[in-house]
Amino acid sequence: MKKIISVLVENQAGVLNRITGLFSRRAFNIESLAVGVTDDKNMSRITIIVDSGNNVVEQVEKQLNKLVDVIKVRTIEENHMIGRELILIKVSANTRTRQDILNVCQIMGGKIDDVSPTSMTLELSDTTEKVDLFEELLRPFSILEVARTGLVALQKGHGAI
Amino acid sequence: MVKGAQALIESLRREGVTHVFGYAGATICEAADALAASDIGYTLVRTEQNAGHMASGYARMSGKVGVCMVTSGPGATNLITGIATAYMDSIPMVAITGQVESHLLGRDIFQEVDITGAVAPFIKHSYLVKDAREIPRIVKEAFHIASTGRQGPVLIDIPSDIQKKEIDPIYPETVDLRGYKPSYKGNVVQIRRVADAIEEAKRPVICAGGGIFSAGARDELRALAESAGIPVVTTMMGLGVLATDHPLNMGMIGSFGNICANKALAKSDLLILAGARVANRAILSPTEIGRRMRTIHLDVDPAEIGKNVSTNIPVVGDIRCILRQIMEHGPHVDSQDWIDALQEKRKGELAAELPRLKAGVHPGKVMKSLGLQMDEDACVCVDVGQNQIWACRYLPLHGGRFLTTGGLGTMGYALPAAIGAKVACPDCQTIVVCGDGGFQMAFNELATLVSQGSDVKIVLLENHVLGLVNEIQKKSYSGPFGVNLDGSPDFELLARAYGIAFGRVEDDDHIDEAVERMFAHEGPYILCCSVDADTTTGD
Ligand SMILES: Cc1ncc(C[n+]2csc(CCOP(=O)(O)OP(=O)(O)O)c2C)c(N)n1
Repeated sequence: MKKIISVLVENQAGVLNRITGLFSRRAFNIESLAVGVTDDKNMSRITIIVDSGNNVVEQVEKQLNKLVDVIKVRTIEENHMIGRELILIKVSANTRTRQDILNVCQIMGGKIDDVSPTSMTLELSDTTEKVDLFEELLRPFSILEVARTGLVALQKGHGAI
Repeated sequence: MVKGAQALIESLRREGVTHVFGYAGATICEAADALAASDIGYTLVRTEQNAGHMASGYARMSGKVGVCMVTSGPGATNLITGIATAYMDSIPMVAITGQVESHLLGRDIFQEVDITGAVAPFIKHSYLVKDAREIPRIVKEAFHIASTGRQGPVLIDIPSDIQKKEIDPIYPETVDLRGYKPSYKGNVVQIRRVADAIEEAKRPVICAGGGIFSAGARDELRALAESAGIPVVTTMMGLGVLATDHPLNMGMIGSFGNICANKALAKSDLLILAGARVANRAILSPTEIGRRMRTIHLDVDPAEIGKNVSTNIPVVGDIRCILRQIMEHGPHVDSQDWIDALQEKRKGELAAELPRLKAGVHPGKVMKSLGLQMDEDACVCVDVGQNQIWACRYLPLHGGRFLTTGGLGTMGYALPAAIGAKVACPDCQTIVVCGDGGFQMAFNELATLVSQGSDVKIVLLENHVLGLVNEIQKKSYSGPFGVNLDGSPDFELLARAYGIAFGRVEDDDHIDEAVERMFAHEGPYILCCSVDADTTTGD
């Protein structure tokens, strides 16, 4: 089951290194990791998605807590979070295929960011499953390039970490 | 205004540092200058790794933070094994490294290495100082982090220009780290559950680890065992918590441990882990343990609880405090039958006659003789390999210390650790037990020993092979390979070269007198014991 681990850390050089180093050393698998500063400039939030059993997640949490630069760690279950991922995808397009691509984009709720005589660049922000499907539907048109952000997530409801 | 380096040394002084182990080099000269002007003592080691081991021996005997200081680049990389060893054994240490000038960082200039990056996986915390004004705060934090919670090494990497920089230092009195708040007191509800579990148990056993020494909780552990009537087994790091002949001491557990201790563990219905990590060499089948008995885990590091063995009652906090809290409930077990049965096995094991081997001494007999003749409170530093196993199994301990590296098993640890221990406790009889492989990794420090005038007795078990690996290769592989110590020196000539007294013993009949001669000698001494290369830990 997927879990989101939200980590508040001191906004200092080397912190991200310590955290990713810990994951690789302890053989914890990360599905995605996103970093950004918070409303407090001295703190950053690292959002980590792991797909592991409870024991592993508990160890991850404890090991993260041992790092001096880590201020707070919280784990949230998949069904208690809102998770979104952004994809940018560039596909081959010409006058014959352009309309079909547009249809896919519209059905999936995506957006067109750029058009050239031979290509189109689309954008979609949704759950990982929808983003996967989007990519799948566009594959027949020949994908030129893909960039995905990985999941970022927040807790459902009023609660904050 | 003072220089950054002066602020560094003043900060060390304020932390109560009285001794530094180190090695010189260009990027640490400024700090050396400031150190020279202070009243802090200094030992020049012969390779940086051993500055780490000496700081470790010093820390373990003094109960203070051990400090080492080396130059950048190769000095720092040489120190890495010392840091990793201290980390695995949870030894409080502050390592200071010089670094190239800060504006040149990242350009791979002469003697630059990213030491904070290199040691990240096996250090408690590290700092790269970018502003000289931060030195007093960083030193204060480093000592706090190294010596509290689960103790461990902390590194401070200081570029040479930062050491030179003139500042007006402000020395903080306290530490404010919002991400670091180790627990001290055990949760009262959990403590009550522990006391109840003890009351309900029929065959409880305490497994004491190195955490007992880190917390200075030896007296508390004995008091709990005696008042509640609970037999004690130890890990390798916990050896010496109780005297070998204490009626409740059932010996050391693990693959190289005592039969009685492993029996006690296997048969118990309540296992109380006290400051023990339950690593793979100590407890062979953690899942079995989780299934068969209730477990209580007392540890200062929450991450150790549930990591290797599942736990019914976890208590996080300072072991000394937790043990006292448990005793307030006055738990007691009616366990005389259980203790009697174990004691019988234990007595049999301790009294077992060791055989005469086809050649050389029986190392177990050397250990027994040492134990009989050494001071009650002697500090014995034990290296790695067969010699370590023999010492663990046969060396009787009274009230002193048994210093070995249980976590990393670093060959060459014992001699430098003993030198550090001797600096901490000059009046304490200090003994090294090592093999001829480990000795040759560390004997450059004989010079340090001589320069310090330290009276350290070295018991060298000379079998001309890397004994433990030789034994394993014979048993489980196609045969010995790359374990012959051909080309080793004549250790008597070597001792003479350093001006150190030397003795040799070649058979069981002369062990006692050889050991007696060693202890009668004032000053350092090497007692070389001839051990047949075929002798195994099973003999
Ligand atoms: C630095 C280091 N290198 C290698 C090993 C692997 N190792 C463990 S025991 C051992 C043999 C030790 O030989 P010696 O010091 O002669 O002691 P003996 O086993 O003969 O008592 C070796 C090579 C180690 N523990 N540490």
